[in-house]
Amino acid sequence: MQRRLKIGVLYSRVRVEEKWIFGAMEKRGIDYDRLDDRAISFDLEKPEAWQQYDAVLERSISYNSGLYALRLLNAFGVPTVNTAAVAEVCGDKLMTSAVLARDGVPQPHNVTAFSTEAALEAIEAFGYPVVLKPVVGSWGRLLAKINDRDAAEAVLEHKSTLGSVQHSVFYIQEFIEKPGRDLRIIMIGDKVLTGMYRSSEHWITNTARGGSGELCPITSEIEDICLRASKAVGGGLLGVDLVEHPEKGLVVNEINHTMEFHTMQPVSGLDIAGEIVEYVVKTARTLAPHASAGVKDEL
Amino acid sequence: MSTVNCPECEAEITFAEGTEAGEIIVCPDCGVDLEVTAIEPAAVQLAPMEQEDWGE
Repeated sequence: MQRRLKIGVLYSRVRVEEKWIFGAMEKRGIDYDRLDDRAISFDLEKPEAWQQYDAVLERSISYNSGLYALRLLNAFGVPTVNTAAVAEVCGDKLMTSAVLARDGVPQPHNVTAFSTEAALEAIEAFGYPVVLKPVVGSWGRLLAKINDRDAAEAVLEHKSTLGSVQHSVFYIQEFIEKPGRDLRIIMIGDKVLTGMYRSSEHWITNTARGGSGELCPITSEIEDICLRASKAVGGGLLGVDLVEHPEKGLVVNEINHTMEFHTMQPVSGLDIAGEIVEYVVKTARTLAPHASAGVKDEL
Repeated sequence: MSTVNCPECEAEITFAEGTEAGEIIVCPDCGVDLEVTAIEPAAVQLAPMEQEDWGE
């Protein structure tokens, strides 16, 4: 018996990345559904509606929507890219730091505290400047570079008073004097696909904040740290952000599980969307229940 | 070619070729973010405000 693979793509907005992914699906003649995370619902008594998919690619902009969708899909036995376990770790900077520390992967020095008093004490012990980051969030938003005690007291009070409960987890990181750039490396499975330098005169070098991209040759050092980082968080389709630390060398700053690549694709000249689609198809063939039953797929 | 009026400033907006439902476009007159909700007939609405847990 032969059956066509069926793929789902969960998304919030059709960004250029999603357009490229949809285009890559269509170019390959893949049977896929576009699943708008604002329009879907999960009936736990009717998992069949979701079990029609041999794999689901998660591209939600909302971390919470994406994470809970992945948890439900994985509970229904639907393979996903990435898995809920990987999203849990990568979507939370503290969890990422914890698994990197567990596996001895180089990262910036971090301290976490749960009260403004303990956070202030930790910041003073660090010395200034330091960086305060929300544990959940992206695109370089709500990062605070703290230059002195006055700023520390003000930002901590604002975060604890105005922020959500998550802002009372104070994730404090050393400020790294990086050379005006960081590195974004794309990992697909256990392969380093490509990478770029992201440059900016601002201390936040995220391209979502106006940083520009330039192709970065993949050295054995980059490959090694990215493979270790990927393994630590559970592997999959990942955007690993590295920083050149003046003393420690390359360190992992964060790992993105639904990475954007609108700058990377033109900079690298690679069909990243096509590579992503190939990886999703491979995941479906490897992990989908019918695949393990020996049913041959036909695209 | 699909055209629609901006709900914020009423400027006439023509969809570029290849525009898809769900895509975010920017009003060329007032600069507001708009979400394309339909292509034929053309429809847009103000794009949702960025949420705290949004990102990559």
